[in-house]
Amino acid sequence: MNKKFMLLSMTLFLVLIISMTIAIMVGSVSVTPFYVWKVILSKIPIIQNSIEEDWSRSQEIIIWQIRAPRVLLAAIVGAGLAIAGAAIQALVRNSIAEPYILGISSGATVGATAVIILGAFSFLGVYALSVSAFLGSLTAMGLVFFLSRVGGRISVFRLLLSGMAVSFILSAISNFILMMSKQEGGMKAVMFWMLGSLAGAKWSNLLIPIIIFIVVFALLWLHYRSLNLLLLGEEAAVTLGVNLQQFRIQLILLVSLLTGVIVAVSGSIGFVGLIIPHIVRLIVGSNHKYVIPISALLGGIFLVWADALARILIAPEEMPIGIITAFCGGPFFIWLLRSNNYSFGEGD
Amino acid sequence: MTLEAKQVSFSISDARILHEVSIRIKDKQFVGLIGPNGSGKSTLLKNMYRLLKPESGTVLLNEQDILKQSSKSIARNLAVVSQETPVLFDFTVHDLVSMGRTPHKKLLELDQERDFQIVKDALNQTGIAHLEKRSFSSLSGGEKKRVMVARALAQQAQVLILDEPTNHLDIQHQLQLMDLIQTLHLTVVAAIHDLNIAAMYCDQIYVLKQGRIVCFGTPVEVLTPALLQDVFGVYADIQTHPLTGKPYLMYIPEQFTKQALETT
Repeated sequence: MNKKFMLLSMTLFLVLIISMTIAIMVGSVSVTPFYVWKVILSKIPIIQNSIEEDWSRSQEIIIWQIRAPRVLLAAIVGAGLAIAGAAIQALVRNSIAEPYILGISSGATVGATAVIILGAFSFLGVYALSVSAFLGSLTAMGLVFFLSRVGGRISVFRLLLSGMAVSFILSAISNFILMMSKQEGGMKAVMFWMLGSLAGAKWSNLLIPIIIFIVVFALLWLHYRSLNLLLLGEEAAVTLGVNLQQFRIQLILLVSLLTGVIVAVSGSIGFVGLIIPHIVRLIVGSNHKYVIPISALLGGIFLVWADALARILIAPEEMPIGIITAFCGGPFFIWLLRSNNYSFGEGD
Repeated sequence: MTLEAKQVSFSISDARILHEVSIRIKDKQFVGLIGPNGSGKSTLLKNMYRLLKPESGTVLLNEQDILKQSSKSIARNLAVVSQETPVLFDFTVHDLVSMGRTPHKKLLELDQERDFQIVKDALNQTGIAHLEKRSFSSLSGGEKKRVMVARALAQQAQVLILDEPTNHLDIQHQLQLMDLIQTLHLTVVAAIHDLNIAAMYCDQIYVLKQGRIVCFGTPVEVLTPALLQDVFGVYADIQTHPLTGKPYLMYIPEQFTKQALETT
């Protein structure tokens, strides 16, 4: 398995790099891969001197200022949502859990809109958006978790129902905030938050998502044994030495943090956190030692392509990325539902 | 290493399941827990491995309160084969048994050669080495049970708690499993349904009835017709088996005992 895993992750990493290159190439003005890499390499301090500048200023702006941050953001958002989904599925031992379905994204949206429209937490400066989105997602997740506990145990049905209820309420709140704001394009803003978009990508708002993603990814991967035990159930986790209460709280915090900063920069993009972990389990099994890194890679690849499609399908207009992910994700999920040899975690 | 429950009480909503139950398992002793359905055997064991928290009373592992020890250090000393085997997501047998090594692993530590050897031994001892690469969900009930036992063995704990370990197993594997556990020379406490199995393997037996210990002692002392009548409501003929030297129970259905009463 280790060799197979190494090979698979190397391959996927290569695919991710190629996908990102292609995604930078396509658009209203197309550029060659040669220039894409030349411009990118020219931004790296040590090797920049050895690269001859033979591109136009507008090419540089398109590649470096517009497309590169956006493609990188797509990769981070996809990878982040995928591992957040995998972690939540382990936490609640249910395969239909994901940030979007459990109301976590909606919570983050409320936090984000409160900052943008109402100017909440303005004393935090540039961190206001992330902090507020994090608090929103944490509140939503805590609420859903609390509502679905019956006698100390998580009830799956209650989880989904309370997730839906919380999600509806929070979406209503953020939509209300958006509609009531006297700003231009209130409807457009609602669309952005409901269906997601990476159009706002800039180098300056990439730093926080990247750092948080790396930290959360590392922590989840390090705890792959505990995640596996969690998937086996409370009894196995307790008897094999997981401090259940503490670990659950840590997971909630990590997932909320990651989802919060992602939603703050991309709106709520559904389905990624749901389907990617499923595809990955289909390929590598349920062991989180493999599920976490492969989910991150596959999630990144998926969203880079989804965003590229969002940009070019109805150009010069832009399609909300949530439409694309739902279009790809929905049918795939139905296929998965109908295939017999895949366990959704419903037991015998 | 010893394991002890001291005056443990436990309720589910308003129903008292355990009434100040005390049991003690000495080092390397094999202790059986018998009693009819709903007498509180599983609940007592769950209190002892910290899945449930006693309402009052304490559980001592190695003479120390388990609530004051870290989850990890308990798991290094105490392994559990519970009744439930609810694996919902798909893991291979090897993956599952390897999870028994978890409490011995630090955060960054990878599985070493030694861990692989321990897992391999556990698979061999339980006779499931040939299933290693199979997915757990594709196994039969008995095979699943043996995987759970193998995982507990891989944990290399000094104390073993078993909740009806022979459930789902055919008779050959029942005896094999009990033989194996006996040869490990661990401190064992097991809830056992089959009284003949309990008689054959246990050093001491505790009898639970409606959440109270009603009797305890060696199998010979405990397993008497009067006790079986009182606790289980059955009549049994009890002999000493000539080969094993252990008590041997033969249950007599009510229709025959009635007949016997009528004829005398």
